[in-house]
Amino acid sequence: MIRAIDSGLIRDAVKDLFIKANTSLRQDILSGLKLARKNETREKARYVLDIIIKNAAIAKKKMMPICQDTGMAVVYLKIGQSLIVKGDLKKAVNKGVALAYKEGYFRNSIVNDPLIRKNTNTNLPSIIYTDIVPGNKINIKVVAKGFGCENVSKTRMFRPTVPISSIEQFILDAVRDAGSRPCPPVYIGIGIGGTLDKAVSLSKEAIFRPLGKTNKDKHIARLEKSILRKVNDLRIGPIGVAGNITALGVSILTYPTHIAGLPVAINISCHATRTAEATI
Amino acid sequence: MRKISLPLTRDVIKTLRQGEQVLLSGSLLTARDAAHKRLADTLKSGKKIPVSLKGETIYYTGPTPKKIGEVIGSCGPTTSSRMDPFTPLLLKHGLMGMIGKGERSEEVNRAIRKHGAVYFITIGGAGAYLSEKVKSAEVIAYKDLGPEAIYRLEVEDFPAIVSIL
Repeated sequence: MIRAIDSGLIRDAVKDLFIKANTSLRQDILSGLKLARKNETREKARYVLDIIIKNAAIAKKKMMPICQDTGMAVVYLKIGQSLIVKGDLKKAVNKGVALAYKEGYFRNSIVNDPLIRKNTNTNLPSIIYTDIVPGNKINIKVVAKGFGCENVSKTRMFRPTVPISSIEQFILDAVRDAGSRPCPPVYIGIGIGGTLDKAVSLSKEAIFRPLGKTNKDKHIARLEKSILRKVNDLRIGPIGVAGNITALGVSILTYPTHIAGLPVAINISCHATRTAEATI
Repeated sequence: MRKISLPLTRDVIKTLRQGEQVLLSGSLLTARDAAHKRLADTLKSGKKIPVSLKGETIYYTGPTPKKIGEVIGSCGPTTSSRMDPFTPLLLKHGLMGMIGKGERSEEVNRAIRKHGAVYFITIGGAGAYLSEKVKSAEVIAYKDLGPEAIYRLEVEDFPAIVSIL
């Protein structure tokens, strides 16, 4: 059945989602941090995790950003093909982002041109990905992506015949090279397959999956588990002070790919992974 | 945990141990990417910079805007290695301490030792918690850089870990 909604509803939803993402730590991430605190044996790592957990409580209580890097706004829209949006959809999304950053007292971190680098003072533009799906609803997912962890993310086009161990090594090298810069304990998103851009896109979408859930394909779930164990064996620890927990989780998304290729991307997300989701 | 007063002195730095957890109290400056580039460009051109670095500690942060009644917004550390190309020059001009997150380059490690300076890390992603350790904040230079302006902060019991000295 065809359904029509006003674009203002989408504007308001986007605004609320960014305010929530930036001030209220995801429950699964908070639980993951508390579990890490419980399992951590080193005194210094426990001290750091205690502060990180306290930080989440202060941010929530004061409606203050969890982290001063309130990120670049990335928005994923899954639009039902039977939904009509009255008004300008992209303008509504951007308006929602601008309102969230103004009313939430978030940092404007976007520059108008990557080389001239003048702040736009609105945190705009956002990055919007759209997908058309069956139905008459719209699903909105947002991520406020900080660049401490974005800067250490990587992609590589593998030969299709390489052993899986080569992919694992690539991920481990990326996490080791990143060291303490992406604010561990991190949540690791990995995209495998598609094209260069598809793999990167999947690696970012992967961090929406709640911690503790695994990929539905058994061989991929096994790979997630194996990578998580090896990453934690690196013993980088919370903010790099050495410890048992370097990553809270690994989430892999896959996509069919070309006979000649095997794209792999890793998108590292900090312990303040800020995402939120709603369906209208 | 040992309490350390800012500004730092060489005598105090000599007593610090790598990996030691400390609480910092006193006065420091903030500066990140754009401010570093401008400070370095100005120094290289032989002109005077708007703030003396002698004995100062720089905290790598770009805070969120403060709400009414707050001293400062969320203000955790940013990745220090992006300041690496500028750090040896600032150390030459008297900078004594730095606070940030993450590893530094080999060149910066050497420069820190050469000048008897110190690099602390603090807790990345804990900007709300750290904001409560800031007792006053005032923009003192490069106001046009917005969140990248240079602030003078007064901090109390600001948690840090000695990383390089």
